Amino acid sequence: MAYSQKVVDKFEETLNNPEKASVGRWKPGDEDFHRVGTGIVGAPACGDVMKLQIKCQNIDGENRIVDARFKTYGCGSAIASSGQLIDMLKGKTLEEAQAISNQEIVDILELPSIKIHCSVLAEEAIHRAIDDFKSLRNND
Amino acid sequence: MKQIYLDYASTTPVEEGVVKKMTDFMSFDGNFGNPASRSHSFGWKADEAVEEARNNLATLIGCDPREIIWTSGATESDNLAIKGAARFYKNKGNHLVTSKIEHKAVLDPFRQLEEEGFEVTYLEPNSSGDITVEQVAEAVTEKTILVSLMHMNNELGTITDIDSIGELTRSKGIIFHVDAAQSIGKIAIDMSLNKIDLLSISAHKFYGPKGVGALFVRRKPRVRLEPLFHGGGHERGFRSGTLATHQIVGLGEAARIAHQQMDDDLRKLENLKRIFWEEVKDIEEIYVNGDSKNKFPGILNISFNFVEGESLIMALKSIAVSSGSACTSASLEPSYVLRALGRKDELAHSSIRFSFGRYTTEQDVKETALLVKSSVERLREISPLWEMYQDGVDLDKIKWA
Repeated sequence: MAYSQKVVDKFEETLNNPEKASVGRWKPGDEDFHRVGTGIVGAPACGDVMKLQIKCQNIDGENRIVDARFKTYGCGSAIASSGQLIDMLKGKTLEEAQAISNQEIVDILELPSIKIHCSVLAEEAIHRAIDDFKSLRNND
Repeated sequence: MKQIYLDYASTTPVEEGVVKKMTDFMSFDGNFGNPASRSHSFGWKADEAVEEARNNLATLIGCDPREIIWTSGATESDNLAIKGAARFYKNKGNHLVTSKIEHKAVLDPFRQLEEEGFEVTYLEPNSSGDITVEQVAEAVTEKTILVSLMHMNNELGTITDIDSIGELTRSKGIIFHVDAAQSIGKIAIDMSLNKIDLLSISAHKFYGPKGVGALFVRRKPRVRLEPLFHGGGHERGFRSGTLATHQIVGLGEAARIAHQQMDDDLRKLENLKRIFWEEVKDIEEIYVNGDSKNKFPGILNISFNFVEGESLIMALKSIAVSSGSACTSASLEPSYVLRALGRKDELAHSSIRFSFGRYTTEQDVKETALLVKSSVERLREISPLWEMYQDGVDLDKIKWA
């Protein structure tokens, strides 16, 4: 698989400095866990699983994503796609984040057509995480 | 960056001496004649070189040189053997036997024969990757005309008991074809002792050039084939087409060297494998694929659970290896060979094949092993599956979206 330099850079960035690349997790018991939405998509048998967490804060009456973390099992472009998604999320309102399309990730990373499903997975991950966050809110 | 080549099962570099010999058979100043030209010295000299190569290959595998047919490689040899034998003997029966872990160059001709009305039994290996003589005995019927099995599996390095299977097929009058693309020049085979009828050979797997191979066709008892190519009647009518002298000379020279070096090569590979395995064996949650007792030391296929193979290859960017992961294949399907062993798809996605060869050094395998260890660790740090495994979650019980 001949990847674009952008995929390679994003992948290596993530691998070489996971903390800076927002690899990690919030778990039950952590302070603020009630403000964290989690989305897990994919399946091990298919070769990719993405876990995305968003931490939200109400700023001026709007929920904004103030931080995000992820872990991804998958090919190089799946890992790069999740890293790219993280970069796009921070500071966005939930509505803005909901509107992110997989095509943006495809364009930025110059994903080959056979790897487009990796970007779709990233889009699904943010939708799941937002849904999860909203369901937490409803339980308040 | 220095690249370490550990993909010898995919292809091998051509020995320098072999390259030199090949170039002597191309230009005007060299020996460029057509070996089929009987009327002048250009043809005679080319023919002499082709026959010397045939003798070298015959010595390597212990057969009569007249039993060797030159082809363009193992894919053509497999096609000629399988389709050629099935079509020639179709009046004797319509049942054929092969296995699920054969190379595509064997499986696809069988699919084609199914289209033509033949019935094919695909044997399943046990979890170690073995196809046994008992399985073959159970599968063959009165109508079976051909059994085709590989000598050494390309993904696993497992070795089939072709001697016992040959005894069985011969006793029943069934043609036995063996795809030996991976094994020739690496482990010993003696056609004067075994009962194999057809044997496919590829030059580029044993330090010869790409684009040339051979098919052994037994003379006693005589095996007949319907040819794939019709034309000038070269190679006793089995394979028409002007012989690629330089390629054949290259194969012959590689065979001569392999015959001399096989024992040394094997000892060296045993040592390399031992060193590599010592370094990696303590990594948690790894699985050796094809854990057969009878195995070639030059191929080691390992699944690193919770790490996807293509990402591991990307992390090992200074190392050339291959993976059974779907992500490295055009079809997006994980390795059908690993699936046939009963491996879960996730373990197939997580597999890496390391294959060592004549130019691999101890330093190469040590460096690779260290890099594998650190890369698996780093990729697990970013793997949600590893996180779940560490938390004690049973991944098989999760409903994946």
